[in-house]
Amino acid sequence: MSERLAGIRRSLRLPSFLRRGGGDRRTARLGPRGRKTAARVVFLAPALVLVMFLVVYPVLQTVYLSFVTSQGTPTLGNYQGVLTDPTTVNPTGLPWPPPLGTLIHNALWIAIHLPISLFFGLWLALILRDVKGSSIVKSAIFLGMVTPMIVGGVILRFLFEEGPGVVPAFFETVGVPSLNKSWLVFRETALLGLIFGSVWLWTGFSLIVYSAGLTTIPKDYFEAAKIDGTPPHRMFFRITFPLLRPMTLVIITMTLLWELKIFDIVYSAVGSTGGTRNSADVLSLQMYRYFVAGATNPGYYGLAAVVATLLTLLTLVGTAWLFRKMVKR
Amino acid sequence: MKSKWRKIRMRTIVVHLLAWSVALIWMIPFLGVLNTATRPASEVSFGWWQLNPYHPTLDNFIKALTQPVFSISKGYVNSLIIAVPATLVPIFVAALAGYGFCRFTFPMRDYLFLSIVLLMSVPAQMVAIPVFQIMVNLDLVDNQLSLILVHTAWGLPWIILFMRNFFTALPLEVEEAARVDGASDLKIFFRIVLPMAIPAFASAGILQFMWVWNDFFFALILIYTADKMPATLLVPKLAAGQQLTDWGLLSAGSILVLIVPLALYVLLQKYYIRGMIGWTIKG
Repeated sequence: MSERLAGIRRSLRLPSFLRRGGGDRRTARLGPRGRKTAARVVFLAPALVLVMFLVVYPVLQTVYLSFVTSQGTPTLGNYQGVLTDPTTVNPTGLPWPPPLGTLIHNALWIAIHLPISLFFGLWLALILRDVKGSSIVKSAIFLGMVTPMIVGGVILRFLFEEGPGVVPAFFETVGVPSLNKSWLVFRETALLGLIFGSVWLWTGFSLIVYSAGLTTIPKDYFEAAKIDGTPPHRMFFRITFPLLRPMTLVIITMTLLWELKIFDIVYSAVGSTGGTRNSADVLSLQMYRYFVAGATNPGYYGLAAVVATLLTLLTLVGTAWLFRKMVKR
Repeated sequence: MKSKWRKIRMRTIVVHLLAWSVALIWMIPFLGVLNTATRPASEVSFGWWQLNPYHPTLDNFIKALTQPVFSISKGYVNSLIIAVPATLVPIFVAALAGYGFCRFTFPMRDYLFLSIVLLMSVPAQMVAIPVFQIMVNLDLVDNQLSLILVHTAWGLPWIILFMRNFFTALPLEVEEAARVDGASDLKIFFRIVLPMAIPAFASAGILQFMWVWNDFFFALILIYTADKMPATLLVPKLAAGQQLTDWGLLSAGSILVLIVPLALYVLLQKYYIRGMIGWTIKG
């Protein structure tokens, strides 16, 4: 049994290039090394040139911009300026209501949206195994993932607006008239409305990945456990959840990146200012405003570069965490 | 025994009820948008769920498609002008590179590959200022070519990863036989490998096309004239500049933009799902 488990683990293990001594060993059979090197450059050159020119160079240039003034002299002032700005972190607003600053808003987004969408997707994937027509249910929930996020933001605004919106009308009906208002206009509810609304858009991702993961677990395991009289919750914690670990890691990382980069939804739901008194502002939106301001006052490019660099550092932490977890096993 | 059966049946019913009601709740916002878009504004001002009176109309769609400045039909054309080349070019370029990373050995290969893959997680904001400045220098700002270039470069890392994984799983025998017969690398690639890779192209293509079609940020910083804007950029414009939001018009515009990725997903679901989880499950 344990041997088979290890086999399954191995087949679930992620990108081969991350494995020790990664890469394709069969290449050795392709002939003497260095043969026709010139011809082989043709394969890699176009991709490398494009990536260098429009991804790598801009990334480095942004890092550089974050450390200089608009005259080009080295400075840490941009970082100081951004980190002490109440737009980024607003201690006077703590604990509630927003604006609490973009950094804290993004953190709240992660703290609320990540666990809800992850576990809700997992729960749905588990119960959908025994449901007739589960593919229709899956497609219905996956719709949010296919939706352009700019449209997703419009739909959220529609959903939460007093009058045409379902959510305020729902709260009126169940006897909470204080929530019968345009959620995204008021600073107490704007951020939470967007976060809960984005659960609706994103749960499809964890559902689909977990569903695919569940099909890779052989039925024998569950049957064997059932014959042994294992209670369902133990089956879940001892068999299902551990075997779904690769999926969990991927979902956590992708969701984390999505939450950090969130832009379109907020832009179309509450506008580029991040709503009333920036109450639903996020890092990427803040960066965009500095970028726009940079057209008239180049000093803002430094601030925009700082926000972008911070954002990238946070995403790299997330990605590095995933890679380490995957290689470790 | 009988009570056990009843228990099982109860559970089945509850699970079905739960699953289907979640699906229904999940559909409500879409139903609302669809309902609002297909009825006159006077009927839906107290909530689209009031179904009396009910007079379906396509006026909102016609209005959205024929807006004088921000017409969605123009946006469709622009989105296609951008998305078609920005899908085909990176797939071809990435297929070449993915094949190179898979079949050839050269110093630092795995590190180079890993660095490219790491670029997948970089946020678009990180390249915005320099990309904008590059496009200013090339005189490509407010030109759709700039978006095609950016999306091509931006899509490469993940498509290279995807194609490399696909090529790694291909059998080597045919290629070796061709090599013994004296075929060159390029000839092997075009004659043997490319035809076998068509399903992978479909998966990568549908995801890349959707990514470009759905993109908003790059278009926002690079395109400024209304008649060059892709459809996504026009959606927020439909609501701007009015005292009261015209929800019928906005809903219709939203549906028009949404329908393209939705149709692709419905028609090519198999490839879409395979593309999305391909690299999470396979090694």
